[in-house]
Amino acid sequence: MLETSLTIALIIMSFSIFVCFIRVVKGPTMSDRVVALDTIGITLIGIIGIVMIIQNTLAYADVILVIAILAFIGSIAFAKFIEGGVVFDRDHR
Amino acid sequence: MKKNLLMLHTITRIVAFIILSFSVFLFFAGHNNPGGGFIGGLMTAAALLLLYVSFDIKSIKKVIPFNYTTMIAVGMLFAIGTGVASMLRGFPFLTQFDKYVTFPILGKVHLTTALPFDLGVYLVVVGVTLLSILTIAEDDA
Repeated sequence: MLETSLTIALIIMSFSIFVCFIRVVKGPTMSDRVVALDTIGITLIGIIGIVMIIQNTLAYADVILVIAILAFIGSIAFAKFIEGGVVFDRDHR
Repeated sequence: MKKNLLMLHTITRIVAFIILSFSVFLFFAGHNNPGGGFIGGLMTAAALLLLYVSFDIKSIKKVIPFNYTTMIAVGMLFAIGTGVASMLRGFPFLTQFDKYVTFPILGKVHLTTALPFDLGVYLVVVGVTLLSILTIAEDDA
């Protein structure tokens, strides 16, 4: 029963990543692509959690945190690049 | 144009410390669990990078006055010194020693000489990552 529901959840999450990938490919603006990439990262975290349940291990718990941190920092860097044209402000004030 | 980044600054002040503590956890977990000097150094670099992206380079350089070139050299000295210290006692280069020591508060702690070596790897990774990124960022395009 658990195996079946986990497989169904994996299939739904794979379809969700596929939909986000379509948005990445044909998004009209840059912001659409950035938000879609961020959503792919978050969905990837869910997939890794389900794989951890399937394989009955705790070894990937650090990977989840690392992916979350990297997706956050990447989204912030892209947002600053879209907003101001530079990622690092030389002198803000 | 003066930008108001209040939300980003507030989130950065909290999240940077969470990422730093996670990197320290990864550094010390490397002996028995996934983790180690490399990924711990990368996470520390990610936390400092979040500070550099959120605030500007000049004020963060005032807050964190590290010279990253010196940090790379100190990390290499740690890694080499671990090997030379075992040579001084008559063993081959980079021989590993471990010992169970009982501390007053911490209890029984497994001390190894792999930890200073890993600290060297950590310092070199942090230094190389931040030095390359900041050198590219300060280049006048």
